[in-house]
Amino acid sequence: MQEKSKSDGAFEPKLTAFVCNWCTYTGADLAGTSRLQMATNVRIIRLPCTGRIDPLFILKAFERGADGVIVSGCHPADCHYTSGNYHARRRFAVFNDLMEFVGIDPGRLTFSWVSASEGAKWRDVVNEATSKVKALGPFTTYPNAGLALGEVAHASA
Amino acid sequence: MKIGYYPGCSLHGTARELDESLRAVSAALGVHLQEVEDWSCCGATSGHATDHLLSVALAARNLALAEAQGMDQVLAPCAACFSRLASARHEARNDAEIREKLPELLGLPFTNTVAVRNLVDLLRGLAPEIKAKATKPLQGMKVACYYGCLLVRPPEVADFDDPEQPTSMEEVVKAAGGTPVTWNHRMDCCGGAFSLSRTGSVIRLGRAILDDARTAGADAIAVACPMCHSNLDFRQSAMALRGEAPMPIFFLTELVGLALGLEPKALGIRRHFVSAAPLLERQCAAGKGVS
Amino acid sequence: MARIGVFVCHCGENIGRTVDCTKVAEALKNHPGVVESVDYKYMCSDPGQALIKQSIAEKNLTGVVVAACSPHMHEKTFRRAAFGGGLNPFLCEMANVREHCSWIHEDKEKATEKAIAIGRTIVEKVKRNVPLETIRIPVTKRALVIGGGIAGIQAALDLADGGAEVILVEKEPSIGGHMSQLSETFPTLDCSQCILTPRMVEVYQHPNIKLYSYSELESLEGYIGNFKATIRKKARSVNEELCNGCGACTQVCIQKKIPSEFDAGLGKRTAIYVPFPQAVPNIPVIDRKNCARFKAKAKGILKEACGKCAEACLKGAVDFDQEDRFVTEEVGAVVVATGYQLYTIGKDQPEGLQGYGEYGYGTIPDVIDGLQFERLASASGPTGGQILRPSDGKPPKTIVFLQCIGSRDPQKGIEYCSKICCMYVAKHTMLYKHKVHGGKAVVFYMDIRAAGKGYEEFSRRAIEEDGAIYIRGRVSRMYRDGQTIKVQGFDTLAGEPVEIDADMVVLATAMRPQPGIETLAQKLSVSYDRHGFINEAHPKLRPVETNTAGIFVAGACQSPRDIPDAVAMASATAAKVLGLFSKDQLEREPTVAKVNQDLCAGCFSCEHVCPYGAVEHKEIRDRKGVLLKIVAEVNGGVCQGCGTCQATCPSKSVELQGFTDEQIYSEINALAGCVE
Repeated sequence: MQEKSKSDGAFEPKLTAFVCNWCTYTGADLAGTSRLQMATNVRIIRLPCTGRIDPLFILKAFERGADGVIVSGCHPADCHYTSGNYHARRRFAVFNDLMEFVGIDPGRLTFSWVSASEGAKWRDVVNEATSKVKALGPFTTYPNAGLALGEVAHASA
Repeated sequence: MKIGYYPGCSLHGTARELDESLRAVSAALGVHLQEVEDWSCCGATSGHATDHLLSVALAARNLALAEAQGMDQVLAPCAACFSRLASARHEARNDAEIREKLPELLGLPFTNTVAVRNLVDLLRGLAPEIKAKATKPLQGMKVACYYGCLLVRPPEVADFDDPEQPTSMEEVVKAAGGTPVTWNHRMDCCGGAFSLSRTGSVIRLGRAILDDARTAGADAIAVACPMCHSNLDFRQSAMALRGEAPMPIFFLTELVGLALGLEPKALGIRRHFVSAAPLLERQCAAGKGVS
Repeated sequence: MARIGVFVCHCGENIGRTVDCTKVAEALKNHPGVVESVDYKYMCSDPGQALIKQSIAEKNLTGVVVAACSPHMHEKTFRRAAFGGGLNPFLCEMANVREHCSWIHEDKEKATEKAIAIGRTIVEKVKRNVPLETIRIPVTKRALVIGGGIAGIQAALDLADGGAEVILVEKEPSIGGHMSQLSETFPTLDCSQCILTPRMVEVYQHPNIKLYSYSELESLEGYIGNFKATIRKKARSVNEELCNGCGACTQVCIQKKIPSEFDAGLGKRTAIYVPFPQAVPNIPVIDRKNCARFKAKAKGILKEACGKCAEACLKGAVDFDQEDRFVTEEVGAVVVATGYQLYTIGKDQPEGLQGYGEYGYGTIPDVIDGLQFERLASASGPTGGQILRPSDGKPPKTIVFLQCIGSRDPQKGIEYCSKICCMYVAKHTMLYKHKVHGGKAVVFYMDIRAAGKGYEEFSRRAIEEDGAIYIRGRVSRMYRDGQTIKVQGFDTLAGEPVEIDADMVVLATAMRPQPGIETLAQKLSVSYDRHGFINEAHPKLRPVETNTAGIFVAGACQSPRDIPDAVAMASATAAKVLGLFSKDQLEREPTVAKVNQDLCAGCFSCEHVCPYGAVEHKEIRDRKGVLLKIVAEVNGGVCQGCGTCQATCPSKSVELQGFTDEQIYSEINALAGCVE
């Protein structure tokens, strides 16, 4: 599965971010309150904890048109629910290998720890992930990517 | 036991007795010293006072040679050489820039695999053998163990014993049958290389060290560094103020050698400026020690 | 069929400047399932909220989306409004188009496009929201306070006065903590015991307080409002019911030379002892490690040794056969107030800490710490309040005080400031100078931290009125030189080395949490930092709560602090607990996990990953009572709603209400334009 790596000036990647409510979501709020400007490409999905993230969410995001995914939670030892972020970290250590096997460039997936006080860090994560995914080009590995739900059933194999 | 051996400039020069006593003691304890071929000066004080990279490279050259000659550890008896070699190893380990520059600078491959050991470390490891083979133990000779600056400091470079309250020299002296005394100036600087440029400071510092050793009841001072030996021994006559009794300064290897029954002559003790003869005669005359 | 109402807020200029709100409302009007989509200037205002209520009634809405600020800002506001309009509050969600959109982008076109996408995502989610009811659980109106120092005492008194029953557990034979060891307190120089002992007595006599002294918490089960504590009452070897505190036993004890813990090792006590004269309860305890009788028994000697205390006791209260006992208490809340210990400079240290070899590793006589100095200065101390050298009993003519020993020293493993030392060192110089008029007090300091009320003035008094000499610099080395201690330091303001011959050195050592704090914290499931200090729920806004519901923290076990702060914190925890107890039932957010017990296979992977122990085992039996399977059940009172269980469950039988897979997948799909 070859990836088309082109730096297309007109191409604007779509990134989906799965973030935890207590740290990163609040950190992103702080970035907003501080009026820190950043790339427009990221759409946040709020979860109580990164421990809630099922690896299938990430695959689904790619399947549904995301060119890149960000997963961000509390720093180790700071999880609001004590250990959720450790479970997330362990899950994704394993998941990374699966990603490569499935044909997704690991550069498309960004993990970060952003605390509620790190608005600037969130801005950096957003900007860096966006430019990294932009350089990798659009994600076209999944043929059904971007199709509406009703169309999937009719797509040829 | 085999170990790489880096004598350094002083052991072939002013501290020849350290080399002599070390070789004699090693032979007696079954330690084979394999001298690093084509070794060069470690840079000592001049090196690191001139340029940082130069000082690392000068020392690292010897480590690279040792590596090429198949050694996994190198003994540097001079505390200053030990410090420079250990420093180079430490820098190469922690500074990627230096690590990358070294092989080209040296013209030799360098993977920093050779460990650097000091004299006291080696002898402490051999303490049980020393005790077992001591035919003429020191019979309670009161010894003030003087560490000086570079044996245990800086802690992350020397990585040896406790940097504030070390005990390794005392362990060796005990194994040789001596009685280490508790005293305060054992970690204070002797003045080091200022022996020539600021002799007055060396006199002042050395005087304080000797006075404290005397107050603690020491018969002699044990050192493990040629510079310390030189400052306390060679300069001792200038330190005397009120006609104090001279205090013999021994290299640790000389004391161990005496305990192992080796002849003072073989250990180079006659090279000292402050004669050890009166003390050694007193020890014998008191009927102590088995001949 | 979904009937969603969308309300797009301009928030004045905040959103309206970069996001075209009208366009957003227009775009969402055509979204499948949306029956109403409007924009308005200020949704959180009264008329704004009225819009929502009106729309719910008129358009028969099944869900509400407010596209505005962050849910952290106004989710509660809009949920209340929805509830007011007759809609279950959990059918209302917010789309964050301010903090996450209008405020971080300049490009109007892109920002509006993004706002529409965010709006769509939340609409899709809300379509899958189900009504949730607030969970209500009963509350036991009794509180457990762990630690009987000043913080624990204050919390216990405030709680008891507030009408709650209090169980106070203290591991030492007497309550009072370190404050009872102090001589005088800053900045008033009040006699410490004089202000403390009345409180101690009040605790002992209060009808609402049950005191378990010489006891420790063995285990804690349950959850907020419904805890069960098992307490180990250690064996005093004295029957508390019979003892009348006469002290005859301590008079006849043959072991008289045991270093006294209360006197910080400087004084001596007997094997059967009361720690100090004003101890509460005034009942002795036998130190079995040092008692002649118990030592003989431990060696296996059959003949019974000594026993003089039992002979001397007219009440027959001495009971050599007493054993540890366990009691259980049911409580609704727990306050942790275990206080501190002082760092020592010795060579033997717990992991991560270093001692001070440069100061002799604690082997130099007459080098003491702050608590030891307090005992010397204390009228009830080993020297009757005279400042005397421990080595030869002579008064010191020069005392050198060192601040920041251990504290603020990353090399030694403690990077934090211990807060109280600058103040008590100033106090010590004053106490010393008041008692030894010609004495010289020298203080080596890095900074002076005197931030409390009257603290700066107090510090200046030590220098200006009592003549303490303050040198800014550190001491690099100390050693014994004959009868004196040579202190070698540096005066950074003068730029010169300083050498002082001291008769005594007092080290202001760092405050650390009590030994065994990690074990206790694990029993309570509260988190702690790498130093062992208990973690507060939020450093700014929730300083007396922990992240474990129902467990609160007060005093120095959370971080170094002085007595007024400890007292304030203790009263604060009492207020929180009394607030908890003010209702008969506890209300909790229903966004908790729920197990579909038909699908659950009973693998309990969820139990394994749950940080709160919220997963219980439920037996499923048929009508005849035959056990069919054991499945997982989530206790809604304990579950905090993280969802780790759902991500772990292999069959996805457990769902986090409010964040189900269906809801999240719908959000992901919405971003691709895949909507139903």
